[in-house]
Amino acid sequence: MKKTTKTRDLILSLLLAAAVCALLGWYQADTSAHSYAISIIERSAIYAVVAVAMNLLNGFTGLFSLGQAGFMAIGAYVTAVLTIPVEVRPSVYYMNGIEDWLANLSLPMIPAMVVGGLFAAAAAALIGIPVLRLKSDYLAIATLGFSEIIRALLAAPMMDRITNGSYGLNNIPGFSNIFQPILIAAVCIALMVLLINSSYGRAFKAIREDDVAAEAMGINLFRHKELSFVISSFFTGVAGGMLAVFMRSIDTKTFQVTLTYNILLIVVLGGIGSVTGSIIGSLLINGGQEWLRFLDEPLTVAGVNIPLFRPGFRMVIYSLLLMVVVLFWRRGIMGTSEFTWNGLFGLFKRKKKKKPQTGGEA
Amino acid sequence: MSATTFAQHLLTGISLGGSYALIAIGYTMVYGILRLINFAHGDLFMMSGYLMIFAMASFPWYLSVPVVLVGTVVIGVLIEKAAYKPLRSAPRMSIMISAIGVSYLLQNLATYLFTAIPKAYPEIPVLKKIFQFGLLSTSLVTLVTPVLTVILVILLMQLINHTKMGMAMRAVSKDTEAARLMGIKVDHIISMTFVIGSFLAGVGAILYFTDRMTVYPFSGSLPGLKCFVAAVLGGIGSIPGAVIGGFIIGICETFLVALGYSTFSDAFTFLLLIVILLVRPTGLFGEAATDKV
Repeated sequence: MKKTTKTRDLILSLLLAAAVCALLGWYQADTSAHSYAISIIERSAIYAVVAVAMNLLNGFTGLFSLGQAGFMAIGAYVTAVLTIPVEVRPSVYYMNGIEDWLANLSLPMIPAMVVGGLFAAAAAALIGIPVLRLKSDYLAIATLGFSEIIRALLAAPMMDRITNGSYGLNNIPGFSNIFQPILIAAVCIALMVLLINSSYGRAFKAIREDDVAAEAMGINLFRHKELSFVISSFFTGVAGGMLAVFMRSIDTKTFQVTLTYNILLIVVLGGIGSVTGSIIGSLLINGGQEWLRFLDEPLTVAGVNIPLFRPGFRMVIYSLLLMVVVLFWRRGIMGTSEFTWNGLFGLFKRKKKKKPQTGGEA
Repeated sequence: MSATTFAQHLLTGISLGGSYALIAIGYTMVYGILRLINFAHGDLFMMSGYLMIFAMASFPWYLSVPVVLVGTVVIGVLIEKAAYKPLRSAPRMSIMISAIGVSYLLQNLATYLFTAIPKAYPEIPVLKKIFQFGLLSTSLVTLVTPVLTVILVILLMQLINHTKMGMAMRAVSKDTEAARLMGIKVDHIISMTFVIGSFLAGVGAILYFTDRMTVYPFSGSLPGLKCFVAAVLGGIGSIPGAVIGGFIIGICETFLVALGYSTFSDAFTFLLLIVILLVRPTGLFGEAATDKV
């Protein structure tokens, strides 16, 4: 019995993967017609990586960090600096020029992202030493502060010849096809899932539940917190690199606190402590950019212009959504559980069971 | 830097510090009672700026000021009732996310209602009058801010130390459960805390924006964070501490900008936060609290 459900689940998962590939292939076949759908999917994949990385910290280790935007900025800038083609660099840095040692330093996209991730991880390792001794809200505000410091440093005049200061970087080569970002995201998320399911992951969860008890069980608190922080920041940095490649041009304004809040919304909506929840949340929120687009456009019903709908209304709805989820639906979509086929079928079965009941009453 | 410019910057710094101090009190009081960083406090301050723009459009300034203060208090109390009260027994992370949610909501609401383009802050003619002291020239608002701050703080200290309400507030911040058992209406006291905090934020907003001249939807977020740092610097829960923290941060920031390090003036504030939290987590005037874990 158990074995048959296992093979069934495997088949279903493969079918789902094949369906996703087919859909992506269909989009890829005619990129100009589906450019909007493609950009939503790519953005979802990128945000999913950051959301899972944030979840690794907030949901699994219990460290409430709000520094995501800063680490993404590091990853994005490193990736951008390394991948902008050498021949267009003079035109990108037309204002201040570029540092000599950097002028011909160039890497392909994926190694550049890894280097970006490593830079973010190194920054996290440094920041983590003082910051991780703090608890809950102090940790949140300190990481938020560091994220702002990173942004200030990137925009600082002394860095002009590396980061191009307030002019930002452009001409970053984009993804060559839709499979690339999806594949990178999948590898990143898979690595984090492996970590969560390893003995380290169990130690993280022990720290989340009760750090005093965890320490008594022989878990080195600081080492594990630092590990979780550094790994989470690495993947956040990689995702930042992906964002740079996706957007093709970046400046420090991209990485404001609002970005962190958006990721937080995804994590909370999906369920704090659920990897699949974060992925679903990312799809919903980024898809919502399209589905809720009508909120930002003027709406006229029967000749009467409804004044509620104009630019910015969608973000109001998003922030209300965050509030509603926290206030009334604290577990989010997935709670702390993961997506399983059984869970999905269970959902349908429950609905089917309910239907005859309501019919009987009528 | 000559003595005159030094004095000029010092005056600006003290004035900025005064507005920071008024906002920092809101943080420190709420944290003292709810153990919550009220992320929305800075955005409440921003909303108060917008309220003033609309009030001044229809009333003279002496009517607008009370209207704005009442409006700010109403928003502050509404935030508490809607976003924090239902979560009293929830885990701390949820309350914090709720606070972030309110902050996010207020920013987006302001962008939606008033657009992201900075709006000109109306001039209150009396406050903008220029005074000349020898070589120093300054507007009245620069002089009024620290004086008003000190007066308000003295009044607040009287309220906290010598009235029944103040005693109840101190009791709730020491031990909420025990206070409830002693017959103190905890919810009422928490609302009063938000009333006082919002009122002071409203006063701070008028003084701050009169100097800054423009309001935009994010003009509250960074000052808000800085004022929280000021509250931590002074010792969270301590009102005189918050005031002194506010002045220190205001003065340091002004001098960093004057010396040409404006990009790092924000970074400096957060660096200060980290250093305090590591070296002296109770701040300058905070009492050594027993860790309730």
